[in-house]
Amino acid sequence: MAYITKLVTKLVLAMSSALSAVVYSAESSDYNMPVGVTEVSSSIFNLHMLIFWICVVIGVIVFSIMFWSLWKYRKSKGAVAADFDDHFWLEVGWTVAATLVLVWMAVPSTQVMVEAYDDAEGEINIMVTGHQWKWHYQYLEDDVGFFSNLSTSQEQIDGAMPKGEFYLREVDEPLVIPVNTRVRFLITGNDVIHSWWVPDFAVKQDAVPGFINTAWTNVPEPGIFRGACTELCGIKHAFMPVVVRAVEQEEFDAFIAEKVALAEAERMLTSKVWTKEELMERGESFYMTNCVACHQANGKGIPPVFPALEGSQIALNDSDKHIEILMEGVQGSAMAAFGNMYSEVDIAAVVTYTRQAWSNGENGDGVIVTPKDIVEYKNRVDL
Amino acid sequence: MSTIVETHDHDGHHGPAKGLSRWLFTTNHKDIGTLYLWFSFIMLFIGGGMAMVIRAELFQPGLQIVQPEFFNQMTTNHGLIMVFGVIMPAFVGLANWMLPMQIGAPDMALPRLNNLSFWLLPMAFGILISTLFMPEGGPNFGWTFYAPLSTTYAPSTVNFFIFSVHIMGVSSILGSINIITTIFNMRAPGMTLMKMPLFVWSWLITAYLLIAVMPVLAGVVTMMLMDINFGTSFFNAAGGGDPVLFQHVFWFFGHPEVYIMILPAFGIVSHIIETFSRKPIFGYSSMVYAMASIAILSFVVWAHHMFTVGMPLAGELFFMYSTMLIAIPTGVKVFNWVATMFKGSITFETPMLFSIAFVALFTIGGFSGLMLAIVPADFQYHDTYFVVAHFHYVLVPGALFGIIAGAYYWLPKWTGNMYDEFLGKLHFWLTFISVNVTFFPMHFVGLAGMPRRYPDYALQFADFNALISVGAFMFGLTQLLFLFIVIKSIRTGKKAKPEVWEGAGDLGLEWTLSSPPPYHSFTVQPQVK
Repeated sequence: MAYITKLVTKLVLAMSSALSAVVYSAESSDYNMPVGVTEVSSSIFNLHMLIFWICVVIGVIVFSIMFWSLWKYRKSKGAVAADFDDHFWLEVGWTVAATLVLVWMAVPSTQVMVEAYDDAEGEINIMVTGHQWKWHYQYLEDDVGFFSNLSTSQEQIDGAMPKGEFYLREVDEPLVIPVNTRVRFLITGNDVIHSWWVPDFAVKQDAVPGFINTAWTNVPEPGIFRGACTELCGIKHAFMPVVVRAVEQEEFDAFIAEKVALAEAERMLTSKVWTKEELMERGESFYMTNCVACHQANGKGIPPVFPALEGSQIALNDSDKHIEILMEGVQGSAMAAFGNMYSEVDIAAVVTYTRQAWSNGENGDGVIVTPKDIVEYKNRVDL
Repeated sequence: MSTIVETHDHDGHHGPAKGLSRWLFTTNHKDIGTLYLWFSFIMLFIGGGMAMVIRAELFQPGLQIVQPEFFNQMTTNHGLIMVFGVIMPAFVGLANWMLPMQIGAPDMALPRLNNLSFWLLPMAFGILISTLFMPEGGPNFGWTFYAPLSTTYAPSTVNFFIFSVHIMGVSSILGSINIITTIFNMRAPGMTLMKMPLFVWSWLITAYLLIAVMPVLAGVVTMMLMDINFGTSFFNAAGGGDPVLFQHVFWFFGHPEVYIMILPAFGIVSHIIETFSRKPIFGYSSMVYAMASIAILSFVVWAHHMFTVGMPLAGELFFMYSTMLIAIPTGVKVFNWVATMFKGSITFETPMLFSIAFVALFTIGGFSGLMLAIVPADFQYHDTYFVVAHFHYVLVPGALFGIIAGAYYWLPKWTGNMYDEFLGKLHFWLTFISVNVTFFPMHFVGLAGMPRRYPDYALQFADFNALISVGAFMFGLTQLLFLFIVIKSIRTGKKAKPEVWEGAGDLGLEWTLSSPPPYHSFTVQPQVK
């Protein structure tokens, strides 16, 4: 009962807000478009409300006349039908009126469109790549990048755990951008078409494989902004959110410096001598972030679409083929080519992990693949 | 002519054949119309069942009932079945029944072709639905099947889907050829083009749209077939192709398709409003010109489905303006319907109730369509539930209400029995309430940011989604009542007069025939003054 009361309250609130759009705040709303934080997003919000109110006024006029006619000319009250069936000037009149209203709508729409559409270089340029099913962000000026994965646990999705406040709207590593800076996004897709949307910036742009689209924003205040993938991209379409953290310039500089240092350390790691335990540990965490969606935590996959790794002949006895699949992907399947996406260390670690995990360690050849093997593979195929 | 009529034995070999062969081999426009309508009705429950699965899963956040893999198959097949299996066949069924009777002809011009174009449909949908039972599952890439999700990344059952779409396309093209031929060659003497009933006009325009765009659909699925099986790269960027090309070709078919699904409803509703307002339709010729303008404009607006795909500014603006233009003829039609009711003598039988709801709710769908045309605002609306709300408003209380209204309007003519008016009104009110409870809150969740085709969603959308699901279950159940009313009216009911509705005798030739009409509608051509 309480639930129904809540629903009804919510509906009444929604209706009344639709009738009093004057009362809105920058807070995101449960039933209207967010005003957002950028100039473009608030221009778009105002345009949206303008068009909405014009439609409401037209609707009220047309529906009033219609329902009044239905009431006034009902036969049960003895109404007798007139027999006119056209009126030239009336028809010309409402056609012209409709045209004028459309011109009234088109002018501000064109202005906002010109304001929003701008593909000039940014002060910072970020390459956004949609993957099944995660986003990759590459800072082009500093040549550092990372993947951003959903961080909501599978238990929450399956209902085994209570759902958190930011259920399906949280990631392990958000995109970080500085405030008061023109940031340009270069958006593309790696496999299928995705679409990168941050409602508070009013930025939505399709990520099309083989093509680069642009979008831009200039965020005036620090904050965390949450968005989503809005183009159907397969099974985990609902599970690849966008999270952007806007920070002050100093914090952004520190973030980039840290990323640059981290990338340097990664490169050093390739030449390090790795033990099996170190590889297993790194491989497991990589697997749980990047592979688990399809191949599952227990390695059994979701046949026939996503094959099992446990007991697979390749994972048991053919380490060369195993490396090749990781590096080149499998044509015509969801298995992407990871060779250029991740470091040699990560590839080696996850190959080693999947060759040792579950029952594979006991049943297979137990080969340990090291970062050096991956470097050799790259030299061999000239990747 | 008259001598032929006199020597004809009507009760002999010209009645329907007995048993199953009547339906398998029939070339009679009424039998084929009946087949189309029942096919569409069955598909409504199959596609509706899929919608129930979708709404059950979305009742709460989290994954409870189905996995995303199956959920995507449900959204895809729900869309395909409702568009190609329910709305389009229902309109063809109504055309088969009504066109010969409205233009004073004995039957359709090409009766054997008519039989073929119907019997292709169960084949096409048999193939499509069978994929759901295959190990890899059915199509899961949305009813718009964007490449490369539907090519490189599709389950191998996509080949069945392509074959099925080809068959549907052949069926539609054959049906359209038949309709155009019938309208141009078999009108009663005196029925000039500008004296044709509006339903006939709406179907003439629709049939041209079908002939123009069905080959485009066939082309795009053939390109997919080549990409998947024969190593071409139409839509594969790695081979020099362009995934966006798919969307341009698809929507060049897809937008006229949208009007294919609404124009015949315009025709039906026009007849019903004039009948129950007891006043001729206001602005007949502007109604015809409006439908023709809508049809022509429908070829130059396709990219408004793709505003976020990355188009040049000039392209975005062109498609915004051209889309906004469509509001003019559509607005004119709404004004004309209202002006027809104005100073009428109005009664509220079930068909009229559905038609009034059609005008009101289709207009709401038109408003959200106008909002979606505004490119910068569309950046926020695109691919959210706002779009889902929009196209369900024009397709359910739009196209489907038009079909239901037409069914109630002509049912007494078809069966010779009146339907149960009380149950009809009950059906209307339950449907009207539940359709709004289902689709109106979708505007809110869409604006607040819920993307479409999501099997699971963030917590702030939970309340509205629960409400939407309740509305959807109510809507689904209510349609069983419709099935009951139709069956009841076929079996029993007050006998209907030839004109059925008060004063309808002057409104169209179909009301001059007996109820039910003779097997070969007009054996003597009537004269139209």
